[in-house]
Amino acid sequence: MDKMIYLDNAATTATRPEVVSAMLPYFTERFGNPSSLYRFATENKKAVEAARETVAKAIGANASEVYFTAGGTESDNWAIKGTAQALKDKGRHIITTKIEHHAVLHTCEYLQKNGFEVTYLGVDEFGMISLEELKSAIRPDTILISVMFANNEIGTIEPVAGIGAIAKEKGILFHTDAVQAFGQVPINVDAMHIDMLSASGHKLNGPKGIGMLYIRKGVRIAPFIHGGAQERKKRAGTENVPGIVGLGKAVEIALETMDERIRKETALRDHLIEKVLAEVPYSRLNGHREKRLPGNTHFCFRFVEGESLLLFMDSKGICASSGSACTSGSLDPSHVLLAIGLPHEIAHGSLRLTLNETNTTEDMDYTAASVREVVERLRSMSPLYEDFMKGEDACTAKK
Amino acid sequence: MYSEKVMEHFSHPRNVGEIENPSGVGTVGNAKCGDIMRIYLDIDENQIIRDVKFKTFGCGAAIATSSMATELVKGKSVNEALKITNKAVMEALDGLPEVKVHCSLLAEEAIQAALWDYAQKNGIKIEGLQQPESDEHKCDIKKD
Repeated sequence: MDKMIYLDNAATTATRPEVVSAMLPYFTERFGNPSSLYRFATENKKAVEAARETVAKAIGANASEVYFTAGGTESDNWAIKGTAQALKDKGRHIITTKIEHHAVLHTCEYLQKNGFEVTYLGVDEFGMISLEELKSAIRPDTILISVMFANNEIGTIEPVAGIGAIAKEKGILFHTDAVQAFGQVPINVDAMHIDMLSASGHKLNGPKGIGMLYIRKGVRIAPFIHGGAQERKKRAGTENVPGIVGLGKAVEIALETMDERIRKETALRDHLIEKVLAEVPYSRLNGHREKRLPGNTHFCFRFVEGESLLLFMDSKGICASSGSACTSGSLDPSHVLLAIGLPHEIAHGSLRLTLNETNTTEDMDYTAASVREVVERLRSMSPLYEDFMKGEDACTAKK
Repeated sequence: MYSEKVMEHFSHPRNVGEIENPSGVGTVGNAKCGDIMRIYLDIDENQIIRDVKFKTFGCGAAIATSSMATELVKGKSVNEALKITNKAVMEALDGLPEVKVHCSLLAEEAIQAALWDYAQKNGIKIEGLQQPESDEHKCDIKKD
């Protein structure tokens, strides 16, 4: 393939070369187990703690509140199941949303089968939860509110500070899945009253297989992985030293470059949105126009199906993603698109393009032109479009 | 996940389009489930399928199976076309992933629906041909 434009940064990102360089010595030379007592290994303990410090600082937390995990999914599982386990005698009600990642949704469904009750808050057409609805969903036995910081499909940024304020006032723990937002937009756990926060390394140009859970000091949740005394006895298992060092480096760079990246990505994003909506008829933008992740665009194109879109985009050298049923292997299109009120037939024709700061305006122009060409091609073979145009013709003829 | 044959038919689908005043046309599937297939047949007085066109809304497999199915029925007699099963379409495509098998069923049903329409229009009874069911059940196929 001669040309490739990678527009699936919400799925995963390229590991930065600086991150790889920082990690490499910890495979071959500095391979010691941080729990060992000789200096050769205690040096690694220091490296782990330095990374913890960097990660904590990025969200305005203390290093002792950051626990390394194997990734975002583990962090979500731990936060929710750990809270449920620790507080089950206090209450068995959890509030979350209909648009969470499956790491949260399926964990909540698991708890429902084990004696817990879960309220799934709906969202408006932009994917935003209502603080009023959240307030009225709170019950005396509510033990946890878990709302994602930003949605992984449509990029909408939730009113996290507002949620945190309500949770604090009611004395309920607030967990946020910040896998998509961490390192992309500013986060402060104190200002936003966040008690627990999940993040992942590979969404911010760090390595895969490493993540973290922030747990506010004083918040007690049950351990999830049992074994050795690592991570202050909360998360057992020999530390993934290269991964932790890599995450630390990725976060360090993400923080340094955040303002610049937000500026660049927002400009590219808005350019792409404008072009696609202007050039492709019967298209729509999903998610909030302004309160959205800087790198996220998400569209629906009527009369075409998402998997076909992706395959044709691939033949144009563009890596994209879709929420169509055919790409998920399930019957229904994306739960997020259904939650914002899209009918099935429109949700099937969705396309997510998530860019980063290395993309160019030319990339966006090429992408918009490719989308237009591919959608036109698919429409030319779509019976839905044929019927629609005949209907249109009939309407025009009548006039 | 797709065979080269599937990708080839998806990228360069044969017989895309419509036929004006077709001998028979059949539409199956449901937009809600994410796939609709429409097949147009032009059948001569000797019951030979002279021309065939399709339009499909659906995934890569749905488009590839439509393309292959039209290739398989072209030039065949009505009776021969009736015997083309989803298995034959799949085999001709060097197989389909498990979750996409329903696409090949849709192709078989689309041909039969078009043949049924032809039979109805001409008052012919074709041995072994049954009236297509309403398309409302189509989502269930995916659950299998």
